[in-house]
Amino acid sequence: MTELLSLPFMQRALLAALLTGLMAPAIGTYIVQRRLSLLGDGLGHVAIAGVGLALITRQAPIPVAVAVCVLGAVAVEILRQQGKATGDVGLAILFYGGLAAGVLMSGIAGAGAGALAQYLFGSLTTVTGSDLTLVGVLALVVLVPAIGLAPQLFAVCSDEDFARVQGQPVRLYNLLIVTLAAVTVTLAMRTVGLLLVSALMVVPVAASQNLVRGFYATLGCAMAIGVLVSVGGAAGSYFADTAPGALIVVLAIAVFAVSWPASVLLRRRRSAELELPELPESIEDEELVLPHVKADSHEHQHYPGCGHPYVQHGDHTDFIHEGHRHAQHADHYDEH
Amino acid sequence: MSNIPTSTVPTNDVLAAADLSVELGGLPVVRGIDLRVGQGEAVALMGGNGSGKSTVIRALLRLIPSQRGSVRLFGTPLSGFRDWSRIGYVPQHSTVTQSTAKVKEVVSAGRLARRTPFVPMRVTDRAAIADALTAVGIRDRAGHEMTRLSGGQQQRVLIARALAGQPDLLVLDEPTAGVDLAHQRILADHLAGLVRNGTSVLVVLHEVGPLRGLIDRAVVLHEGRVIHNGPLGNLGEHYQGRHEQEESTVDSSWLGGTVEP
Repeated sequence: MTELLSLPFMQRALLAALLTGLMAPAIGTYIVQRRLSLLGDGLGHVAIAGVGLALITRQAPIPVAVAVCVLGAVAVEILRQQGKATGDVGLAILFYGGLAAGVLMSGIAGAGAGALAQYLFGSLTTVTGSDLTLVGVLALVVLVPAIGLAPQLFAVCSDEDFARVQGQPVRLYNLLIVTLAAVTVTLAMRTVGLLLVSALMVVPVAASQNLVRGFYATLGCAMAIGVLVSVGGAAGSYFADTAPGALIVVLAIAVFAVSWPASVLLRRRRSAELELPELPESIEDEELVLPHVKADSHEHQHYPGCGHPYVQHGDHTDFIHEGHRHAQHADHYDEH
Repeated sequence: MSNIPTSTVPTNDVLAAADLSVELGGLPVVRGIDLRVGQGEAVALMGGNGSGKSTVIRALLRLIPSQRGSVRLFGTPLSGFRDWSRIGYVPQHSTVTQSTAKVKEVVSAGRLARRTPFVPMRVTDRAAIADALTAVGIRDRAGHEMTRLSGGQQQRVLIARALAGQPDLLVLDEPTAGVDLAHQRILADHLAGLVRNGTSVLVVLHEVGPLRGLIDRAVVLHEGRVIHNGPLGNLGEHYQGRHEQEESTVDSSWLGGTVEP
């Protein structure tokens, strides 16, 4: 491990992975809330055109790809706001056009389609010092609004009309979200790669939704998972000698797979805090007569902690199993 | 922030629409209606399905464009209106109901018009959110996920979100749909208290129900036109829109406000 940290290129790669792991799930939380989970994938394809353009013009790939991807994202969002991109077809043409243009330009530049591979799935050895500086600066540009404007962006993503009536600049915030997504996708090309980055935007958020409750908790937990799998995947890929993107995404999906049974367990524990649908007091005026229904033969003796979820029901406790609510009454149980 | 209406126009109308016409997909849905809500007044907007109630509301709040007419909010023309913290909106449907956000997080969106970006919530914001949750009787569920609530509970969260902004004008689009009678009464009492303190209310209703005592005036729409503007009187308690009847002329009994239930 110390050997790993003493290698300058690995230091740069791990730092880049750390920043990507923070950024992608942060912006991904908004993207998932807006139900645009595949937007990151499309933007990755547009960024490939940016890489192709950089190869042709012999510029550094990250700045050119950022510019191209942001332009593409803004164009898509403006078309969406004008109601012209409601169909998937327009988006598909733009996104696959980006991929095709990238491969074509890469070929014309004499680099061949193979030169693109390091951008598609990440490549640890290619993170230069100037790349890292740019990633660091742009990570701030992404994270400051993604966290600082969380209440505003959450409102816009969850209910656009209401946000508008609250006087929020909804169009501006929507443009901001896709722009930040475009920047994040492009910066991830050195670590997760352009084809897999969308997974790092979506999978940690999905895992986080299984593990914690609420929007802000989801945001924080997703960022923690993102950092864990990005740094873990980047370090692991050094030993496994694979493209880092593949291992990062496999790890993210592993976390998601574990979060599934974890969510079931958490939910079971929470069911101890079950509450009955509230009955307003005024309902009592309405002369509600509850029928007395005896439960079928019942061997098991309920007690708090017997393993069955229970709820407080007025002056007694109901135990819940097999879709019945049982309350003790003299020597038998009643159906409540 | 203040409850004193701006005095750019001589009247104290918090909302005034004149000759408002809205088309949806080229079809005229709202046809030259006049609508005003005075300060401290509670106005019900009624009518059958497709009579244009929600469209009027959405045009008044600039959520959809209008083809003709003028709208003033607190005396300011709609295009120049910026004082959105004075308006609380309860939409008929909201995508936020499918969110995994907590109830408290959803309601806190109602404070946005009063907050500055990048500045955390203040004590007054938190107090207003707690009050709004209490007002609709859902404070004990503040930490619950929105998706796990029943439809009526979600509706009450949307009402709390609008109340949290402590608005001077509440615009509610069928706020009682799916809410049980007991909670409709709680809501009616709370709204009545707000109206007594000078809050104005414009509420779309399909059935008057427990909100009857609150309503000062009813405006009834039929095929995008106003066919009644006056006291609720004996408009049916269970007012049913006659969307199934193809009437080209307005039934004279409607103008007198004598609709059989």
